[in-house]
Amino acid sequence: MANPRKMKDLRKQPGFEFLAYTCLFFLYAPIVVLVIFSFNDNRSVVLWTEFSFRWYVEAFDNDGIREATIISFKVAAVATFFSTIFATMAALATTRTPPYRGQTLAYAIINQPLMVPEIVTAVATLAFFTLIKKLTGVSGIGYLMMAHTVFCIPFAYMPIRARLEDMNLTLEQAAADLYATPFQVFRTITLPLMAPGIVAGAMLAFVVSLDDVIISLLIAGPGETTLPIYILGQIRRGITPEINAVSTLLLGLTVILVALFFIIGRKK
Amino acid sequence: MSENSLETMILADSVTKTFGQGDSLVRALDDVSVAIRKNEFFTLLGPSGCGKTTLLRLIAGFELPSKGTILLDGQEIGHLPPYKRPVNTVFQNYALFPHMSVARNIGFGLEMQGRPKAEVDGAIDEMLALVQMEHLAGRRTDQLSGGQQQRVALARALAPHPKVLLLDEPLSALDLKLRKEMQIELKRLQSETGITFVFVTHDQEEALTMSDRIAVMAAGQILQVGPPREIYTQPARRFVADFIGDINILEADLAASGKEVTLQGGLKMPAQLPEGLALSGRVSVAIRPEDMSFDPKGAMRGTVSNVVYFGVGSNVHVALPSGEDVTVRCAGVAPEKGAEVRIKLPAALQVLAD
Amino acid sequence: MVALPEPQSQPKRGAEANAANLAVARKAIEGGARRRRWQLLSPSMIVIGVFGLFPLTITLIYSFLSPGNFGGVTWEFTTDAYVQFLFERDIFDDTLSFSTTYLSIYGRSIGLAFGATVGALLIGFPMAYFIASKPPEQRNLWLFLITLPFWTNLLIRTYAILLIIRDEGIINVSLQGMGLIDAPLGMLYTDGAVFLGLIYSYLPFMVLPLYASLEKLDFKLVEAAYDLYATRFQVLRHIIVPMAKPGIVAGCILVFIPGLGAYITPELLGGGKELMIGNLIALQFGGSRNWPFGSAAALILMVVVMLSLIVYVRYAGKERAHG
Repeated sequence: MANPRKMKDLRKQPGFEFLAYTCLFFLYAPIVVLVIFSFNDNRSVVLWTEFSFRWYVEAFDNDGIREATIISFKVAAVATFFSTIFATMAALATTRTPPYRGQTLAYAIINQPLMVPEIVTAVATLAFFTLIKKLTGVSGIGYLMMAHTVFCIPFAYMPIRARLEDMNLTLEQAAADLYATPFQVFRTITLPLMAPGIVAGAMLAFVVSLDDVIISLLIAGPGETTLPIYILGQIRRGITPEINAVSTLLLGLTVILVALFFIIGRKK
Repeated sequence: MSENSLETMILADSVTKTFGQGDSLVRALDDVSVAIRKNEFFTLLGPSGCGKTTLLRLIAGFELPSKGTILLDGQEIGHLPPYKRPVNTVFQNYALFPHMSVARNIGFGLEMQGRPKAEVDGAIDEMLALVQMEHLAGRRTDQLSGGQQQRVALARALAPHPKVLLLDEPLSALDLKLRKEMQIELKRLQSETGITFVFVTHDQEEALTMSDRIAVMAAGQILQVGPPREIYTQPARRFVADFIGDINILEADLAASGKEVTLQGGLKMPAQLPEGLALSGRVSVAIRPEDMSFDPKGAMRGTVSNVVYFGVGSNVHVALPSGEDVTVRCAGVAPEKGAEVRIKLPAALQVLAD
Repeated sequence: MVALPEPQSQPKRGAEANAANLAVARKAIEGGARRRRWQLLSPSMIVIGVFGLFPLTITLIYSFLSPGNFGGVTWEFTTDAYVQFLFERDIFDDTLSFSTTYLSIYGRSIGLAFGATVGALLIGFPMAYFIASKPPEQRNLWLFLITLPFWTNLLIRTYAILLIIRDEGIINVSLQGMGLIDAPLGMLYTDGAVFLGLIYSYLPFMVLPLYASLEKLDFKLVEAAYDLYATRFQVLRHIIVPMAKPGIVAGCILVFIPGLGAYITPELLGGGKELMIGNLIALQFGGSRNWPFGSAAALILMVVVMLSLIVYVRYAGKERAHG
């Protein structure tokens, strides 16, 4: 005897919906608390006095925070630029071709940063850079930028590749049929159609670079303190409300970028 | 090849195309030769896998022939990339550029050739008028209906005034009514522009309606080339006879003179042989159902085994004493099942080459 | 109108010339394609190869060197780093005795990471299924919601948890305020906190591959099972879960491996008392100034990662064979 209400939707499993909503609640609760209390007028993260931008102002005035932000953005910008270019080239080379020799190796190498725990990458990169610094005597923030570029490549690669695979191959044939040379085909057809994927890849790379902690922590020299490194240092020393404000801002930036990413992804 | 070379636009000479290697070798075209005339509406007709699309792609330049030559207006193009051939294609899925307007799509070929803007704009206007899409010039192509997209694809391919227009089953995605309209439209365009059209389809009705000449293909080979009427009334090969329309095929013995056949039941009839073919002994003859009729004075006897009514007439299946079966198209009232009938045959019976 | 190129000069006409033309064209196309592909790939290959694989080799070398006085290494060969991993050297009589200090850290990490993987799977599977069962228009929104935390800074997220569960945090204060407890629950700086933190950090990594697998599920199969008298639970167990196998394996890998090497979570929520591998290694490059040992520890971690990957892949393969 089938219960008519239970048969309503065979897709649903009991309890899953409740679990999903609960999960979402716990996933966001800590973040929400943090955001709310960043607007709290007193130092406590527990007692609410009144709404205020006080900590945001103090954060802006804080030299350490300002410098760290600038460095983070500089590194992220450079890393995004190069990693997106390399990832675009790699995507063009690896998609929409019949199987070729060295294919698995190519994928393994491109995705290598994802397969290795970050701490190992951090250690290895540190060892490598130290050796080079000793041999060449060259120092500077370039090392940090290089390291960021490397682990950003797989993140930029994924959306670009996805976009490329979706593209209709006949379009490029049609363009060639209409007298476009291979370069013209790339310029007028392939590149414009790839553009949303490239933009998405760049945004992903930017976010990933901004958020990196462990690799930056090990590699950054004095004067190369990125925002996450600064925040970590502050947390170790004790909770400061300015950190809440900075964290909220960083969160806000990420939210905007990710939202854009999803919107672009929807506009096929 | 007894073709006047001045009349020939495309000459394919012993073209072979294979894919893969060793065990997985696929012979898409097997030593194919054909001459397509200028200002002709030429159709490649055959079932899927017969090689018609491969041949089209070889002419367009998307594949290189494995062996053989392709000449366009006297010059070799087989090794040239598509952007160096004065040939344009209308694709089956239209392949309109989604990020460009209708107008820019149409002008694309001329734009790629580096034409001055005024010339490009003029050509675009001309094409829009030709396919009656002036009001949609600024639209994005993904906002168009199937029929509209098709016309844009046509206009885009015609705008650069190519010597040859290739059409790869362009009507297959359209509904019946639209398809019939477009068939007339395409015919009109071809005669107005004077461009050689090479049309690929698996729909034999479509081929018969539109073509000046048809090449029937199967398994990588061209079986017969000729005007629609000839293909229909004088099929030279069993496949051609079978593929186009309904057909009856009977076994017979060819007389030594080559002018007469004896059917299984002993009936002797005049024979019509395919051009230039010498055959003897056991052959097959092909008779169209509509070329047979019920006549009390008819030479062939049989018993009606089944009657299938389809409105305009009926297909009457008749069992012959020899054990064979024929289908007779009957316009009026059909004989009853089980009736003994006499069938009148056409004046001469078409002998098949295989 | 496109002008055709001039016909070849007279001596080259004919079938041979044509075959030659074709061969040239074909080689140009295929060779060009291959060349272009590797040209395009080379920057990424070089960059990642140089920065990914080469440094690992250097690390290997470093692990066999001696620690420098102010960090770094001195170029003297020694296997001290690896010896230190398993043995303790008595300061007085220089004998070696087997020590489980570091082994236990690795063991705990593996246990925590594995536990977090299982936890993430138990929580993530219903979540992924729920999203997959939603109509397509709503799915994008749900995916956005579940992915968003992933993109926010891990440091900030973990910090947020710390704020909540510490003794002066909102949980303890409210519970005390309501009179339900007398003293703060010591939630911070425990294994439980780290465990929770790991699941919190890596849950999206589990949900997304699961979702990708479940999205492809053909619900007709589910309906067929119901038609054959299966209960909801049986359908789950015999149809849905097996078909989501690829997603489960992928999700487990994506949680376990980063979990093994986790640094921030144990650092913030474990308080430096309960070390995981990540903290141990980072310490060697910070306060402890023992780069060779840090390098060795990192390489040993890599080995554990490789072994786990092999185990997972074999598990995935075996299940497919049984069907």
